[in-house]
Amino acid sequence: MATLSIIGGRVIDPAAHLDLITDLHIAAGKIVAVGTPPNDFKAERQIDVQHKIVCPGLVDLGVRLREPGAEYKGTIISETRAAANSGITTVCCPPDTNPVIDTPAVAELLQQRAAHSGMAKVLPLAALTRGLAGEQLAEMGDLKEAGCVAVSNVLPIVNTEVLRYALEYAANCELTVFIHPREPWLGVHGCVHEGAVSTRLGLSGIPETTETIEVARHLFLIETTGVRAHFCRLSTARAIKMVKQAQTQGLPVTADVSAHQLFLTETDINNYNSQCHVYPPLRTQQDKTALRTGLLQGGVDAICSDHQPHEADAKLSPFAMTAMGISGLDTLLPLCLHLAEEMSMDLTTLLSYVTTKPAQILGIDAGTLAVGQPADICIFDPNDSWQLAPENMRSKGHNSPFLNWKFKGRVIYTLINGKVVYTGC
Amino acid sequence: MNTIQLDPQGRLKHFLGIEGLPKALLIEILDTATSLISVTEQTVKKVPLLRGKTIVNLFFEPSTRTRTTFELAAKRLSADVLNFNINTSSSSKGETLIDMLRNLEAMHCDLFVVRHAAGGAAHFMAQHVAPHISIINAGDGRHEHPTQAMLDMYTIRQYKEDFASLRVAIVGDILHSRVARSNIHALMTLGVAEVRVVGPNTLMPKGIAMMGVKVFNRLKEGLRNVDVILMLRLQRERMQAALIPSVHEYFQYYGLTEAILDVTHPGAIVMHPGPINRGVEIDSPVANGERSVILQQVSNGIAIRMAVMAMTLKAIPELKDTR
Repeated sequence: MATLSIIGGRVIDPAAHLDLITDLHIAAGKIVAVGTPPNDFKAERQIDVQHKIVCPGLVDLGVRLREPGAEYKGTIISETRAAANSGITTVCCPPDTNPVIDTPAVAELLQQRAAHSGMAKVLPLAALTRGLAGEQLAEMGDLKEAGCVAVSNVLPIVNTEVLRYALEYAANCELTVFIHPREPWLGVHGCVHEGAVSTRLGLSGIPETTETIEVARHLFLIETTGVRAHFCRLSTARAIKMVKQAQTQGLPVTADVSAHQLFLTETDINNYNSQCHVYPPLRTQQDKTALRTGLLQGGVDAICSDHQPHEADAKLSPFAMTAMGISGLDTLLPLCLHLAEEMSMDLTTLLSYVTTKPAQILGIDAGTLAVGQPADICIFDPNDSWQLAPENMRSKGHNSPFLNWKFKGRVIYTLINGKVVYTGC
Repeated sequence: MNTIQLDPQGRLKHFLGIEGLPKALLIEILDTATSLISVTEQTVKKVPLLRGKTIVNLFFEPSTRTRTTFELAAKRLSADVLNFNINTSSSSKGETLIDMLRNLEAMHCDLFVVRHAAGGAAHFMAQHVAPHISIINAGDGRHEHPTQAMLDMYTIRQYKEDFASLRVAIVGDILHSRVARSNIHALMTLGVAEVRVVGPNTLMPKGIAMMGVKVFNRLKEGLRNVDVILMLRLQRERMQAALIPSVHEYFQYYGLTEAILDVTHPGAIVMHPGPINRGVEIDSPVANGERSVILQQVSNGIAIRMAVMAMTLKAIPELKDTR
């Protein structure tokens, strides 16, 4: 039975509102004590982490691994390793792989390959409808049995009756529905937020209503079906307000935002910077501010990387013709630490958005350092300054608008099930 | 937007858009065109400014007029010209724009004139092209069409004393128009008194007022006391996209007729980038009328394109020597 003690670190567990310099003791892959070790405990290995921060491993609600289907962009091995090296110990994989995660076979394949890699844990999201086509329901019961933690259609379900039944059936299976709100017609050819920047650059716009109308349509159906729902990657102030209102009314809804949306706006596209080509598009300064405020005042429950790695060529075209997405695993924790500094937020609160809260949304045993929990742990040096460069990115995709940004805070150890899977220097 | 267009000495390296270019440079383009316009009127319509240079017209969108005037301009400067009309089917055979660029570079060309359906395409090419090659934007999506704007400025300067006192109305499908955007930038930079955009809400891009223009939905109000009217072409596809009900109704509300010209300044001129849709955005009597300077714009287009080609290829000092 492998035993390990993590000695002298600043231990932060948002789930227990704990922020204390203490020790952590691990046996058989689980946390057995915080502080004094159990009587009979003898550590086979000790890690001394003075002046370092020890927190639960990060739980990332949106990670495209690119496997199966687009292995030239990323693989389960490359991306789960990138996650682990960035302090992320659990990743949720949306079902829009090729083939789609709409059969137990695909869900199992993903988990087996992930288990084989031994890096970050992979939790697949199942398709809500077959092939994500929005016509027939996917076999949600079987998919849940096969390890899918929630269901999502990623793409819009145009037929509202199908959507209603899908939500009812998901509620029947006690599955949370992950919703990417995107009205199917508005701004369908758009590539940037509709406003002053789209007008100046002559690019097709995506209006705010593309998001808000779809949030509204879903909220009415969530109310009538009673399904537990999670809104993914919200980008507009108005949508945050609607979610907050729904929460106040007692609806079982939560929401997340991408880390990049908390830092970038439409003006960062500047002269057609294709690294800023994302969906939902970068919005206005007011939206960015509202997203940040939502973290503290309600409406935003979690921050995720919305990791979408691409090969270099995918971003090498005129703006509208480039692939959307940012490779975000490497920058999730650094951006969050940067955010805490900019917003003068305490680390316990900040870390809750990438640990405890996403774990609660998924209903999984993660995101906490409580005794008895799997020892998925991230240890980082909060004072180590560094600069993001393609050479130091761990993801296979180097598509990041944050290249050359200076960050403070770097992961030095990652543990998964009590095993050290990453050691930095 | 101007940093990539100018070399360290502030001279034109690429011509991608009007936005961000200094007023002095726009005036320099107009003045250079003035010095070149006589060439087009000689019996031997050629000067050797770009002899030995190779210019490639890369048109990813169909165009007759613009491509022809670029070709004529290049030939009058004694350059060798290659025309590539790339329809989407052949560029969708898998070759990316960047691969195409590398291939053309390997043929030792000096200047690419690019038209492309994607906004920012010319900018993208300028960022990735070999350092000795210049790019001229002949229209990128809805973004800019800077040589059109400069030929429009040239035409305005022919008819009007100075820019400072002018009220200019741009009328029609502003949303889809690169001509409108380039003209707005050019007019603002040259310091006209007022730029107006006139059209229905559905053809008006969001946030256009941030560019410094006044927005009008009614044609009569938009044209009141203006000195210059710049009409835009209405693409018939706009009906299918549910942006306007019919050509008939569009003409009722936004068609330029002799009657409505009464509200303008008495000396107002009527411009149009062409090709014109008679009876859609402009009535025939207006298009053929004495205020119309539409054909003058076409002639001026050649001189402007000669000027920009010669300037980006740094052939202008030689011009001064030959004078």
